[in-house]
Amino acid sequence: MAVTIAKEKWTSKVGEMVLDADSSVKVGGESTLPFLQFEGDIPNRPVLALEVWDLEPVDWPEILKAPFAGVLADPVAWAKKNVEYGADVVALRLMSAHPDFKNASPEDCAATAKAVADAINVPMIITGCGVEEKDAEVLEKVGEALTGKNCLIGCATEKNYKTVTATAMVNGHSVIASSPLDINLSKQLNILMTEMNLPANRIAIDPLVGALGYGIEYAYSIMERARIGALMGDKMLAMPVICFVGQEAWKAKEAKSTDDESPEWGAQERRSILWEVLTTTTFAQAGGSIFVLRHPESVKQVKVHLDKMMESNAY
Amino acid sequence: MALTGLDIFKQLPKTNCKECGQPTCLAFAMQLASGKTSLDKCPHVSDSAKEVLDSASAPPIALVKIGKGEKELQLGNETVLFRHDKRFEHPTGIAVTVNDTDSDIAGKVQSINKLVFDRVGQIHKVNLVAVKNTSGDTARFAEAVKTVQDNADFALLLISEDAAAMEKALEVAGANAPLICSANAANFDVMLNLAKKYDSPLVVKGTDLNELAALVEKSGYKKLILDSGAREVNKVLADQTQIRRQALKKFRPFGYPTIAFADNADPIQAVVDAGVYIAKYAGIVVLNTSDPADVLPLITLRLNIYTDPQKPIAVESKLYEIGNPGPDAPVFVTTNFSLTYFCVQGDVEAGRFPAYIMPVDTDGISVLTGWAAGKFTPEKITEMLNSCGIADKVSHRKVIIPGGVAVLSGKLKEMSGWDVLVGPRESAGIPSFIKQRWGA
Ligand code: SF4
Repeated sequence: MAVTIAKEKWTSKVGEMVLDADSSVKVGGESTLPFLQFEGDIPNRPVLALEVWDLEPVDWPEILKAPFAGVLADPVAWAKKNVEYGADVVALRLMSAHPDFKNASPEDCAATAKAVADAINVPMIITGCGVEEKDAEVLEKVGEALTGKNCLIGCATEKNYKTVTATAMVNGHSVIASSPLDINLSKQLNILMTEMNLPANRIAIDPLVGALGYGIEYAYSIMERARIGALMGDKMLAMPVICFVGQEAWKAKEAKSTDDESPEWGAQERRSILWEVLTTTTFAQAGGSIFVLRHPESVKQVKVHLDKMMESNAY
Repeated sequence: MALTGLDIFKQLPKTNCKECGQPTCLAFAMQLASGKTSLDKCPHVSDSAKEVLDSASAPPIALVKIGKGEKELQLGNETVLFRHDKRFEHPTGIAVTVNDTDSDIAGKVQSINKLVFDRVGQIHKVNLVAVKNTSGDTARFAEAVKTVQDNADFALLLISEDAAAMEKALEVAGANAPLICSANAANFDVMLNLAKKYDSPLVVKGTDLNELAALVEKSGYKKLILDSGAREVNKVLADQTQIRRQALKKFRPFGYPTIAFADNADPIQAVVDAGVYIAKYAGIVVLNTSDPADVLPLITLRLNIYTDPQKPIAVESKLYEIGNPGPDAPVFVTTNFSLTYFCVQGDVEAGRFPAYIMPVDTDGISVLTGWAAGKFTPEKITEMLNSCGIADKVSHRKVIIPGGVAVLSGKLKEMSGWDVLVGPRESAGIPSFIKQRWGA
């Protein structure tokens, strides 16, 4: 018996964001729910970024440090390594700016960002150290130093969005807008930023995701709701979503616990990679477009999966 | 989805004979629509009308049971496409496969029995052992089924498309209502009769959605699990979405739980595919792996996706020790909203600093909501400081409260007699907070 395929008639779509200077890397643009090609267009595969720090990370598990042996203290070499590992995007985190660490000056941070940008030929995401006031100062200088490069900079929050948005507008960058796990706060921040005349397609929503086992379901549902909102015509929810998966997944006990500590959980190497991979692929099902990861093996595995999901399933 | 009074009224005799206790057929229809009476109160309703009304009032996805007693697994009764609309009812059943060609079947089953994980006091495990007739041999399959049944803590899923092999296997395991997998166009009648004979659930497998619907219609059986035949993850996602959407629109042939097979030849990709099936509607997902490194992430994902979104989950309100805290370890106060607690726990661990965490019972709501709702108060914190035994464990009297509720400090100090340190607003600041402020 012939089954009539059930298709939703969505009226709108997710905005399309360009991630580099020559428009070759894009995200967003979907006119349906994730990977339902039978119903609409999925013009761009989600992109995968690998993190680089400008400060050698001390508390990363050995499994995570191993692929970067010898480059962890050298952001330029580390960034190049990420490109070799197949990252679509390099995500530079200016951790040294943190008052608890080096309290590096905005000028120093900008110099590092420039050096990294000059050494690679993939798009860049540049984030500060997470201290909102400091990030505003740092991103202002970074934005200037990389003018015209069309980087994705952040994170802009309720507190510092004005400076970050202004920098992005003057220097031609896009902005990551972070709001903690609340769709209305997200929307509010997007409205404030677009009211400053930043085009909506230069904003990426960061819902501050949790890892598998640590609140993944909250961001999952917020992302599903945001996607449905976007498809129904809500322009202030129609931005691509960025998920900082690596930092969350590698904080999970299940990823950090060694073979000796938790033999009943299986080998740490496989378990920790799967923690990062499954957190990513689950968010891809909810509508994530940009994923910031840490382990090169995760990038490889997620890519294989996404390539498969991008194949048509039209009836 | 539910019928209106008017829909029901159309099916009634319209004689207003009052035997149902209602003044008119319409009144009766209205009562029925709101669930205040039952159809059997009307003695005059025709059989055909009854069938229409019964099937219309049935849930969009039937409840199907596999196994018996302690091992029983229930699936179905789902009512939504998205978990934010209403919770998903029955978590995806996870089946782990044993081949009848495996050398140590009993040993393998023992390792599957051990796939039980404790997460803050809740036990989570797999649900089924799938026995697969990989050998193609009838006797060997029956023998494997016996070994698995004798050793497994879980109900059985029997995989063979050979009706003769299934018949033998059911002679062994048929009394325990295993899931029979599967009936396809070629073996349909025999498999269906076996399912009926043993009153067991049956997987119906089509080569596509159309054939699947046709086979279900033809079966006239209600204990069904659906397999659209798709095996590539992108196509399974499409079919699972179609089956769920159509079921909710009350397309009856698709009103049953589904099964999906994570049998990607690449073992890591197989786990990833299984994750998609858990998130997207599979009633059962069948794994070829029993490696806890593969199963733990999937069980955790299932737990998360099937959490009731309307009901915050809480961790038990008691004193938690992180690392091996001594008498000079810091004491963090937070709420027992599980996400809040996990963040604090994760960040304390990230700081690699042994500590105590004291989640106050706020009915599982977060710090700021708890404070606003009067559930995270100096009184409650004091009470917990006094009752949880922390005073005997630490030699100091300093407690760290979340930065967001700094306003509680004065009152808390006054009531409890403890010094109050105001911690960071976000738990991510805990490691540097400890470094700077603790022990100094
Ligand atoms: S018993 Fe049936 S036919 Fe008679 S009034 Fe009630 S609904 Fe109508």
